[in-house]
Amino acid sequence: MALINEVQQAARGRARGRRSRIAYLFLLPWIAGVLLITLVPMVTSLYLSFTDYRLGTSPRFTGLENYRRMFSDPDFLAAAGVTAKYVFISVPLQLTFALAIAVLLNQGVRGLAIYRSVYYLPSLLGGSVAVAVLWRQLFSSTGLVPELAGKLGIQMGSWISEPAHALDTLIILHVWTFGSPMIIFLAGLRQIPEELVEAAKVDGAGAWRRFTSVILPLLSPVVFFNLILQLIGSFQAFTQAYIISAGTGGPANSTLFYTLYLFVTGFKNFEMGYASALAWILFVVIGMLTAINFVAARYWVHYED
Amino acid sequence: MRTGILEWITRRGWRHLLLVAFGIIMIYPLIWMLTRSFMNNSDIFGDGAGGGGLTLDNYLHGWNSLGISFGRFMLNSMLVAIACIVGNLISCTLAAYAFARLRFGLRGPMFATMLATIMLPFHVTVVPQYVIFSRLGLTDTYVPLILPKFLGVESFFIFLMVQFMRTLPTTLDDAAAIDGCGPLRTFWSVILPLCMPAIGVTAVFTFIWTWNDFFTPLLYLNRPDLYTVPLGLSTFSDSAGLSDYGALFAMSVVTLIPVFAVFLFAQKALTQGIATTGLK
Repeated sequence: MALINEVQQAARGRARGRRSRIAYLFLLPWIAGVLLITLVPMVTSLYLSFTDYRLGTSPRFTGLENYRRMFSDPDFLAAAGVTAKYVFISVPLQLTFALAIAVLLNQGVRGLAIYRSVYYLPSLLGGSVAVAVLWRQLFSSTGLVPELAGKLGIQMGSWISEPAHALDTLIILHVWTFGSPMIIFLAGLRQIPEELVEAAKVDGAGAWRRFTSVILPLLSPVVFFNLILQLIGSFQAFTQAYIISAGTGGPANSTLFYTLYLFVTGFKNFEMGYASALAWILFVVIGMLTAINFVAARYWVHYED
Repeated sequence: MRTGILEWITRRGWRHLLLVAFGIIMIYPLIWMLTRSFMNNSDIFGDGAGGGGLTLDNYLHGWNSLGISFGRFMLNSMLVAIACIVGNLISCTLAAYAFARLRFGLRGPMFATMLATIMLPFHVTVVPQYVIFSRLGLTDTYVPLILPKFLGVESFFIFLMVQFMRTLPTTLDDAAAIDGCGPLRTFWSVILPLCMPAIGVTAVFTFIWTWNDFFTPLLYLNRPDLYTVPLGLSTFSDSAGLSDYGALFAMSVVTLIPVFAVFLFAQKALTQGIATTGLK
């Protein structure tokens, strides 16, 4: 009896072992990718961030020099400022738009599918070079926007070449791509039980009250999800700024996105040690912001359980 | 009847009016670019010297203006995009099946690692990656663009497929096991055919993201005959600048057509894909 048990157990154990091995076989490409494309380069870039390294030379260890250098590097400070402004203005604006339109569309509007598609289209095209090219022309002195503003009697120069306004055009571009968070909001809104909203209505809650007291709390996990996604994404924006400024981040560094500065540092000036340090600061900042958001979420995100 | 219409306008009409007006504002820049791409440069600048007719000149002129035709860039982009789709589909379905259906020792930590890499900004790996690829002599090839997809680096899609596979009943696997299927056979003949919606979403998004990707080709491709569409267009934009608006618009339109076509034919996959990824 015991022997049979033992054999059975061993057989089961062997089966489990084989199954395990098969699982790792399935995961082989991914494991290779995580190691070779992600983890090893990550650790290497952390090391490089403490060195003076140019392609073709060997890295020279300089300790915290790269990190110290940032504080007195006007371009770094400009890039950090521009990116912070871009992220903290364009993300809330974009999400507000997305939520407002989603709520409007969720009230049983006829032709929902058409509206949804039309509003979503810019999200698909927004990251392309073609749209960045279009944007540069829209806001140039002979573009559509100054022309329309002129018809309304507003004098408007070329925003693309004005340091005070160049970033605004990129913020507008980001808001223009509100379609994808809108679709996520719509999916979330559809999960809210009609009875709850109706009950609030019966209790005499007006439209605004129903939105703030019933819909918004129930939708908060979706708001949170969109917020995290957009924050992480917009910190890494690159193409638009590169095209609009022809790779310079100008005028006067006003569109010098952090990733653009990183690109110029690492792959135009080939200061790869410093570029690695820049990358790690970006990583740490995004990580910290995400962590703060997760902690803060305890106070405003409601999960139904 | 009249009161009915009036009521409709006051009750529901304002909403449609708002939505339509807003939609027009959203789409108008694209229409503006499209119409300008068929106009003479002098008409675009609004001095009326071009005669006001529509013309295909911008397209004909823009197509070959860099010495290498945009047809070549489109072909390059198409090649890269197809390879990336194949890569993502192979690596992501395999990994997703293991995570969703198989039991193995390191499942927990590996799954957590996979989730963490979704949020990882790729800049933190880009410098060493570039050094490795250039040491291996792989700059000016498509390997740095394609290889990562075959190694499941876009873990976002793994997550999407895991979520999808979890909705399939496990009794399917049990039935397959009773019929003598091993994991590989179950994966290939039972699970994979049921995953078509997730596979569609992955293919569509991989296409659009690769088609639009600017950063990676900018890093690795220096030879103009290897350029993908975004690089070609950006080079053209630098050389044409503000002088040849028309041709620049025409080529921008051309490069947007494939994305637009995917948008038209794969709408359901797109909207469902976005809605389901984060929300199960």
